[in-house]
Amino acid sequence: MSDPRAELEAAPWSGPTRRYDLIKEGVVALLILTIIVTALSTLFGSPDDKQITFKQWAVAAPADFFATSVQELAGTSGTAGYGAPYNTASVGVNLGPIHLAKIMGVTHPIDTVNDFVITPLTTVANAAPVADALKQWQGSDAKTQSTWATNYDTALSKANQDPTKVPAGDFGPVPQLAAGLLTMAQAGSLDGALLSQGNYFQSDYTKQTLFLGDGGYFSDQSTASNLQGSTWGMMNETGRYPGQAWLWLYSFWYQIPPFNNSNSHPFGANADAWIMVIMGALSLGLICMPLIPGVRSLPYKIKIHRLVWKDYYQEQNL
Amino acid sequence: MSADIEKEMWTSKLRKSWQKNLPVEKLLPDTQPSYVASWIYLFGVATLAALALIIASGLVLSFEGASWYHFSRVGHFVNSLHFWAVQFFFIFMVVHLWGKFWMAAWRGRRLLTWITGALAFVGSIATAFTGYLIQSNFDSQWISYEAKDGFNSVGIGSRFNVTNFGQMILLHVAFLPVIIGVITIIHVLLVRAKGVVPPIDAFNKELGERK
Ligand code: HEM
Repeated sequence: MSDPRAELEAAPWSGPTRRYDLIKEGVVALLILTIIVTALSTLFGSPDDKQITFKQWAVAAPADFFATSVQELAGTSGTAGYGAPYNTASVGVNLGPIHLAKIMGVTHPIDTVNDFVITPLTTVANAAPVADALKQWQGSDAKTQSTWATNYDTALSKANQDPTKVPAGDFGPVPQLAAGLLTMAQAGSLDGALLSQGNYFQSDYTKQTLFLGDGGYFSDQSTASNLQGSTWGMMNETGRYPGQAWLWLYSFWYQIPPFNNSNSHPFGANADAWIMVIMGALSLGLICMPLIPGVRSLPYKIKIHRLVWKDYYQEQNL
Repeated sequence: MSADIEKEMWTSKLRKSWQKNLPVEKLLPDTQPSYVASWIYLFGVATLAALALIIASGLVLSFEGASWYHFSRVGHFVNSLHFWAVQFFFIFMVVHLWGKFWMAAWRGRRLLTWITGALAFVGSIATAFTGYLIQSNFDSQWISYEAKDGFNSVGIGSRFNVTNFGQMILLHVAFLPVIIGVITIIHVLLVRAKGVVPPIDAFNKELGERK
């Protein structure tokens, strides 16, 4: 490097020095911080709002659970229509012409009909109407199944999710299946069936998390805890605790147009992808900041460093 | 004769460059330049202290298992230590980052010190995020449900699945802390090897005289 200032700044310091005990500084810092953190932990503890179970959902909001089960059968739920990486039902969000999710493919296949409803139902001994309904469903072809489920799903939403107000129609065994799943969930056995998925060891909760999210109950709970992304929820914690405040910039983009409007094309509708790209670029910018003209000159123009080195500047008459 | 042998060897090359760049007197010095006299210099060390607390409390949590803190009072307390230490870790690191920015502390061939610091920052956010995912409570259910859309939208979700508890817990307690640890060690060793960056105008006189 030919820049003489950089040479001098890189060379070992030959000016005045002072005594400085690095190890003592570190040990004292650790001790003080341990005391502060212990005090805060004793006084305030930490957040731990109980997990939501399918049992809780089905007991607290049976109509919502019932309608969601029907949507899973009809293929109208959020998960059923998601696209990659769960299925091929939609192309998913895009970055202009690029559909990255679709390119990466279906890596975590989810078949909402069987994974969420039919298979769990087969793991328990069902009452006669449900057992008959299962038999009827399993004995029919996919097209008939889909017609039944779609008919009932449409009728149910017209009846404001109230099964008692649905007029008679060509629904096949769909109402009985959804009712059977509701009974199973209220008894608590759906949690186990979704968790184990026929296995002994299982540590992937993708399926139950997506099912839970398809309903309205889960989202309502998070609204009540101020966790919705549209209201800075990404930075919040349950209860009165600080959350991931360091995500403020990531969260920020979701609050402003066009990203806060999921109906605006092309950016709002694909906000997730564009914000990922923006944050990726900004992170790269932070890492390479000393190389970026303009930004790297700011500390020379706004002389906050004179405060840091106040004594030195005074001594040296700078 | 022995010099001839040494010349060829990787081992001796490493030793010599180590001795040259980071002799133990530089690693553990008794003095610092007189300009190292501001509270802002405490924030790097404070960040290190917070990291040490995070690792210590995290190790206890690991030994007891993922659900311990939900039913044990002691467990909940250790979880609280971990939680608050993380909050301080980020506060200290952000003040440290801004401090180093306004001091233009990348001057004099300290670019790599900045880069390793910034990598530690980005990596810490990823690590903390996986921590929030494995709380196994309502918060982690919701965060994983929401965050999946972000990662799926750019295809990352196909490999990094935030709703896969097993994957997240392994990354949080094994892979990510090792990465943060290694980056931090390199960062601090670089600071020691290069020495603390001099004030921006420190060499005005020398450069004036030269001209
Ligand atoms: C894991 C997080 C980090 C730890 C544990 C850490 C630790 C340290 C320590 C102990 C020092 C020396 C004392 C001091 O000047 O404060 C230091 C210096 C430095 N840090 Fe960090 N740091 C971290 C993150 C960062 C970040 C995010 C940046 C900026 C992007 C950064 C940039 C720097 C620079 C440029 C120096 C050299 C300062 C000089 O030569 O005067 N560090 N760091």
